[in-house]
Amino acid sequence: MAFSYFPHTEDDIKSMLERIGVESLEDLYSDVPQDVIYRKEYDLPDAMSEHQVRQYFDFLASQNQKMTCLCGLGAYDHYSPSVIPYITSRAEFLTAYTPYQPEVSQGTLRYIFEYQSMIAELTGMDCVNASMYDGATAAAEAVMMSVACTKKKTRVLLSEGLLPQVMMVVETYARFNGIELGYIPCADGATSYGALLAELAVGDVAGVLVPGINKFGVIEDLTGFADAAHAQKGLLMVYSDPSSLAVIKTPGEWGADIVCGDGQSLGVPLCFGGPYVGFLACLKDHVRKLPGRIVGATRDVDGKRAYVLTLQAREQHIRREKATSNICSNQSLMALYVTVYMSLMGPEGLRRVNELSYGGAHYLHDRLVATGLFEKAFDKPFLKEFTLKSVLPAAILQEILCSEGIFAGVEVEEGLVNFCVTEKHSKEELDRVVDIILSFVASNASSVISSEHSESGNPSTKEE
Amino acid sequence: MKYYDKLIFELSKEGRQGFSLPSVTWPDSLSSLPSGLMRAKAPALPQVSELDVVRHYTNLSQMNFGVDSGFYPLGSCTMKYNPKINEEIAAHPGFAGLHPMQPAYSVQGALRVYKELSASLSAITGMAEFTLNPFAGAHGELTGLMVIRQYHISRGDTKRTRIIVPDSAHGTNPASAAVCGLDIVQVKSKSNGLVDVEDLKPLLDDTIAGIMMTNPNTLGLFEKDIKEIAALVHECGGLLYYDGANMNPLVGVVRPGDMGFDVMHLNLHKTFSTPHGGGGPGAGPVGVAAHLAAYLPVPRVVEDEGGMLYVEGCEDSCGMISGFMGNFGVLLRAYTYILMLGRQNVRMVGPLSVLGANYIKESLKDCYELPIPSICKHEFVFDGLKDKSTDVTTLDVAKRLLDYGFHAPTIYFPLLFHQAIMIEPTETESKETLDSFIEIMKHIAAEAIADPDSLKTAPHTTPVRRLDETTAARQPVLRYSKEV
Repeated sequence: MAFSYFPHTEDDIKSMLERIGVESLEDLYSDVPQDVIYRKEYDLPDAMSEHQVRQYFDFLASQNQKMTCLCGLGAYDHYSPSVIPYITSRAEFLTAYTPYQPEVSQGTLRYIFEYQSMIAELTGMDCVNASMYDGATAAAEAVMMSVACTKKKTRVLLSEGLLPQVMMVVETYARFNGIELGYIPCADGATSYGALLAELAVGDVAGVLVPGINKFGVIEDLTGFADAAHAQKGLLMVYSDPSSLAVIKTPGEWGADIVCGDGQSLGVPLCFGGPYVGFLACLKDHVRKLPGRIVGATRDVDGKRAYVLTLQAREQHIRREKATSNICSNQSLMALYVTVYMSLMGPEGLRRVNELSYGGAHYLHDRLVATGLFEKAFDKPFLKEFTLKSVLPAAILQEILCSEGIFAGVEVEEGLVNFCVTEKHSKEELDRVVDIILSFVASNASSVISSEHSESGNPSTKEE
Repeated sequence: MKYYDKLIFELSKEGRQGFSLPSVTWPDSLSSLPSGLMRAKAPALPQVSELDVVRHYTNLSQMNFGVDSGFYPLGSCTMKYNPKINEEIAAHPGFAGLHPMQPAYSVQGALRVYKELSASLSAITGMAEFTLNPFAGAHGELTGLMVIRQYHISRGDTKRTRIIVPDSAHGTNPASAAVCGLDIVQVKSKSNGLVDVEDLKPLLDDTIAGIMMTNPNTLGLFEKDIKEIAALVHECGGLLYYDGANMNPLVGVVRPGDMGFDVMHLNLHKTFSTPHGGGGPGAGPVGVAAHLAAYLPVPRVVEDEGGMLYVEGCEDSCGMISGFMGNFGVLLRAYTYILMLGRQNVRMVGPLSVLGANYIKESLKDCYELPIPSICKHEFVFDGLKDKSTDVTTLDVAKRLLDYGFHAPTIYFPLLFHQAIMIEPTETESKETLDSFIEIMKHIAAEAIADPDSLKTAPHTTPVRRLDETTAARQPVLRYSKEV
């Protein structure tokens, strides 16, 4: 029976084989050693119809628990306007390859140029590449780039305030790439300036990577960081949440040289971790070390404004083993996704997203602290996510919320839990979180309160 | 396709907004943050209406050419049809709303997709275990090489820091090896396009971590000495890496695991029908033989009697290579494709892709220079026009194809031939489509003699014509400002 993805009729196959001068499809593999040809049945399911496929994925999806997401830590549940998937699913965008033939790829090239411009605007940088895989790999590329920019230096400093997954990916790349890492601990929830100076004094520092907003949700005050790094001829790199950059001080304003991060917070669905879109930006002095694709403006022979992949001498397909990055593709369609998002939101919409997230987060924060079951972990400014010391063990907190359809309370460090609120969340939803916790505690009394906390004389379990 | 000149910034008008946000008020506002932590002025993002956005991007899309627009014979890219059901499944609300840090018990369906897709890829490739975390082909290469290095390091065999790469390899091979901290040793191809086993032998010693092979190679030729190569490399203590960029012709016919490969990656955006998206997102799963599974990146997914679990700590693992667990949306598409294919149709993917490539090759070899005349696999390479009496180049031929409504083939790659034209039709194209492509290619070959100028100045009918790439690189303009 005919299969819809194969257009060949029996006659087509026959006449094509004739043109080639062979008898059968098998003959097309006559150059392959016969003992490597796989003749057994493939261990795959029977072919399904579209209808069966839908039913099967409905069944699989039913095994996932749909939850209200009040967790941040690198993946944020911002609202995604319905316009975006309509645009990104346009086949001319969706089914195109990399824009190597610019004459028939001006659509892709132009939105990448817009994407670069918008990310440059948010980060305060001059140059942005056409996008990276995700935030963590963008951070790894930034780290390798700082080494390439500063020649002969092989040491990079990481703030311990970076998200754990970002830190771990950077560590993997650095280990294989021969980059030595040093660590700057946090003091009272923020990257320690004193520790930075001490680490810089050790010498040989190519770059310093710090978060703009750290894993505790604290907005970092980077006063003096750029000067300190530059004084040792190292670069300052900032890992940023781009959504927040509509309102908080930009890495450019802090004096950063390179900025990286994940564009997911610009309306990209959570989708179990991907596809997201990493971004990498820098000052123009470093553009020739910026990895990945870059789109530039030019003219065609008739003088029409046009766009093209440029500065390709930097890239792996030209440099081969001399390349300082192996990145070949980008997350083009996801770059379109966030470009459409930023266009829809504009400066005021993105400010409002932050305003609402800020308001909701502070409301939930204050209500949780008021229960007496949570304590402020740090007295530092935050935007949409925050960390509290929890009297309840984190695992129990997470479980009771999950059982009521709320995902929150992930442990960041021992005894410290994360909450994150976006413009999607209503007062009723946030009140419900507090109610669930209180009613659990009321019915389970002190049995669930960890002994450690009880002994240290933490607040009682009653709401004041 | 029609030319449209605007950038979204040029539609901007102070006070417009393309999305309405909730009008809720909260007790606290941003103004309570310390001013020293705030940006000085609002970002200059466009201020446009919702309809402005929709029209602008619709107009942009109409300057683009995709697989849905027409034939896309781009060699090494496997531009097959991207089924529409894939897109619907990828957008399923039961998956799209999952946070990647949710506990395993709340994402059993997603973890099952991960595990079942891994098992399907194992069945198709003969590799024991897969990680689906890598985001793209090059990322898969890097991950696979990390696995290889980790294997040697964990055995205390630390002097294996050199990797053999054929001169015909994709540019990402040596670049990935360099990023992984390996030194590259190049092995030559023979005049028939295959790896020279005699050239390989003296390179094999106890500093060799392994060899990276693409099979069929970038000329579309099957490396028929593969079993001998595998035996030689294994004998010296090295491992074999399979670059899965060219896996399509082998789907349903040959499994890399059976050829002796230890580690491989797949490009789901090539072989498994997920859309290229103008350059991504793709996915580059890495498969390994059983004895290498412990070195795969974390997190991994395992099944026990209670269901699916994440494994995060793993002593021998090469580490974490992605923030979460890969481009999950792309994995959903690829698994949909595999379920539609099923065991029945999987056998025809390779043979029909090979049929199309050989059909075009045999039909055009009188007009275009065919340097290696043997049977090809899914793709093949011409070395420019047969008639070299004009100064018409491969670039001119490619640009002229755009005028006739076809995408251009891959050009000037592989580097072994100066005028390379690399053609890959895939199994989803009909004989009629191939026939019309053949006819136009013949017509262009005739034009090259009769009217070379029509090629040298091509394309003529596209939204823009040839670009000034030199100025673009010499005076880079990489972001919008009012004067651009």
